[in-house]
Amino acid sequence: MNQHNSLPGPDDILREELSNGIVVLARANFSSPSVAISGYLPCGSILDPVEKSGLCGFLSACLMRGTSGHDFYQIYDQIESSGASLNFNASTHSVLFSGRSLSEDLAMILDLTAEVLKTPTFPEAHIEQIRSQILTSLSIRDQNTQDMAEVVFDRELFGTHPYGRDDAGSPESIRSITRDDMLRFHRDYFGPKGMVLCIVGGIEPTEAVQLVRNTFASWTKETVQLPSFQNLASVQNPNKMKKVHLEISEKNQLDLIIGCIGPERNSPFYQAARVGNCILGQFGMMGRIGKIVRDDHGLAYYAGSNLNSSMLSGSWEVSAGVNPKNRKKASDLIISELKRFVDSPVSLDELEDVKSYYIGKLPLDLENNAGVVYHLLNLERYGLGLNYYREHETLIRSVTVEDVLSAARNYIDPERLLIVTSGTKNG
Amino acid sequence: MAEKFIKTVLDNGLKVMLKEIHSAPIITHWIWYRVGSRNEVPGLTGISHWVEHMQFKGTSKYPAGVLDKEISRDGGYWNAFTFFDWTAFFSTMPADKIWLPIDLEADRMQNSLYLKEEVDSERTVIISEREGSENEPMFRLEEKLAKAAFTSHPYGVEVIGEKADLLRISQDDLYRHYRSYYAPNNAVLAMAGDFDAEQMLDHLNKVYQNIPAREIPDRLIEPEGLIQEEKSVEISGPGDVTYLNIVWRAPQGSNKDFFSLIILDSILTGPHSLNMFGGGSIPNKTSRLYRSLVESQIAVAFSGDYIASIDPFLFTISVIMNPDHAIEEALGVIDSEIQRIKDGDIQESELQRAAKQARALFAYGCDNITNQGYWLGYSEMFDSYEWFENFIPSLEKVSKEDVIRFANQYLGKNRRVIGVYKPSSPETSKSAGGLTYEPA
Repeated sequence: MNQHNSLPGPDDILREELSNGIVVLARANFSSPSVAISGYLPCGSILDPVEKSGLCGFLSACLMRGTSGHDFYQIYDQIESSGASLNFNASTHSVLFSGRSLSEDLAMILDLTAEVLKTPTFPEAHIEQIRSQILTSLSIRDQNTQDMAEVVFDRELFGTHPYGRDDAGSPESIRSITRDDMLRFHRDYFGPKGMVLCIVGGIEPTEAVQLVRNTFASWTKETVQLPSFQNLASVQNPNKMKKVHLEISEKNQLDLIIGCIGPERNSPFYQAARVGNCILGQFGMMGRIGKIVRDDHGLAYYAGSNLNSSMLSGSWEVSAGVNPKNRKKASDLIISELKRFVDSPVSLDELEDVKSYYIGKLPLDLENNAGVVYHLLNLERYGLGLNYYREHETLIRSVTVEDVLSAARNYIDPERLLIVTSGTKNG
Repeated sequence: MAEKFIKTVLDNGLKVMLKEIHSAPIITHWIWYRVGSRNEVPGLTGISHWVEHMQFKGTSKYPAGVLDKEISRDGGYWNAFTFFDWTAFFSTMPADKIWLPIDLEADRMQNSLYLKEEVDSERTVIISEREGSENEPMFRLEEKLAKAAFTSHPYGVEVIGEKADLLRISQDDLYRHYRSYYAPNNAVLAMAGDFDAEQMLDHLNKVYQNIPAREIPDRLIEPEGLIQEEKSVEISGPGDVTYLNIVWRAPQGSNKDFFSLIILDSILTGPHSLNMFGGGSIPNKTSRLYRSLVESQIAVAFSGDYIASIDPFLFTISVIMNPDHAIEEALGVIDSEIQRIKDGDIQESELQRAAKQARALFAYGCDNITNQGYWLGYSEMFDSYEWFENFIPSLEKVSKEDVIRFANQYLGKNRRVIGVYKPSSPETSKSAGGLTYEPA
């Protein structure tokens, strides 16, 4: 098996744009008799009115509760009887959907997807059922130190920028959302233009695209208001070191996040920051951070770093779960590693290790249908081009030690970090 | 290309399973040891899991900090799991890089160092892992339930072990445990992926030929039968969500009744995937409990759970309550749904549907090579690979009568433990939200 041939490229991805604006990508994989689909509409929780935060997520959870053609039970009976799955949820920028089925049931899944997107009915009884589920999930999350540290971190870092908003909403906003709000959001933002749909699995790509055409080509809607992101609040790191603690009682472990603004996905700094982040807190057993916090000092079970790069901005975060008595020690160790990261270049050995890691890892990420679908979706979302994964090796190999240092210095200022902890301070 | 499968035992007792899959240039390598918390005694609980951690702390050939870099450098990923019955280490690599994990797994089967300073540092890491779990109400409830559901069997203790034991276990204890159980005749080596099985077997023979078999401790572990009387446990803690868990004894994975449980659970709580990697899931919106628990708004969510284990473990139904409803309402619904099954209210179409769902989940898991390697070894831990190969036919053989008999035999009201997690007080339920800005 040749590794290069296993990577998706222009010769084995079929990309077609339907006349109504829907982009379809399809790729065959006959190693199992199943297919994975995934896609999005370009309208996410960033469009929620401020006082109705959580609307897009709430609405997405209600989409499959009834359509003009089928009620809730009929929809799920079709899906579950055939051992398939279909889910809708919201992210900041999109309404996402994903599903799986045996290849023989793909047409059924596509029909349902189209129906759910075009003619949801949002039955009142189901809205109330899901409202109570969301309120409970918010209560559960309130007790999760890791999740709450993330919520506070985003809010404090991004402030009034939409990325600072809690996409899940608050109990108050969830209680205030009505069926009319859902219908309005659906009317204003759901439509074929900008929609992307990927299909990977045991079906010929031409056949897959034809099935999509049969199902979606008749969807025309000219009134969709695609979102504009002009005039958003600018994002910047705190003026000086900022420490915030969220007290959640009776917890044995404290979750800690230390970080700052990071690059957006299409930033020229992105690849270098991605490589640098791997050295900082991912490579091997969670990189330099894992070595110092976990291996050398035994302070945490998990300690590593993440680069969260989205369309408009991003964050660069180091996180760890520590005993409350080790909070200061762990923070000091992490900050000293961040200082080292911006003070001196990474070594050539570290850089080569990480390049080799990313190049070797890609075929593994693409080993199954769900992995390929995810990666195809990213090609379209960020306009990377069908040859991106074939060119990935060249792209990674071109990153230099200087590039990594420059990306690190552009974003990380050890004097202007945000430090968030969540848990029981004196636990 | 024909995809070969080899199952054999080397001279030193190492069982080898090799499955060619040529769909991607990837190979997964697994080594499974027949040791887990099931083999532990009071005072040394958690030692198998700790030994698993220590196996990443180096040998003379591959010192600590080198192993993980070696694997990552080649783009691979690796990890390890400790369970009640087994400890498994896996690496999934680009096909041309598989030689490294083969060599290092053989090396650390007998040459791990267990240095004092590494033992001390890992003690606090594992305690931190436990403390992270203790933050979760469900972990606390499950720990208490397992203790009540077993009188003396080691399944009654969480794999991570008791905190007091984690503070006490010594370097000598760990090394002794390692030397007692990490031997070729107590292991299964499983590989799946893009290789030639005959050539791979030759290579493995060379790598493992000098590792001798060893005598493995043979402690009698008495399986426990059905729970003898209804019990209940209750804990309280922060938050404002109430959780209800009900457990019954479940048959072991090799028992024919295990397949009846899979069908029953699918009808009652929805299909359940046993895949560890990939595979996804199927929703449970048309399951009986969804309709009677969630649509009625008594609960906001629920799930069914069981595992394939050597000895009988537990079948669990977990419920997240709607705050406006009482535990007794959920319990009443679950009792009446189980009674329906006991009374024979099952349609043939429900059985067929459960079998199709299982077939779909099975197909989803097959497009993941790591998952295929997992099944090669996992099925050998509690039965044999034939169990996995015959999984779908075995499910299709389950009759309506089998499911009814199962419900009557296993799911008695006097054969269960009911566990409840309740919010401790209105004050603590408001505990989240106290935000403070601190001086830098």
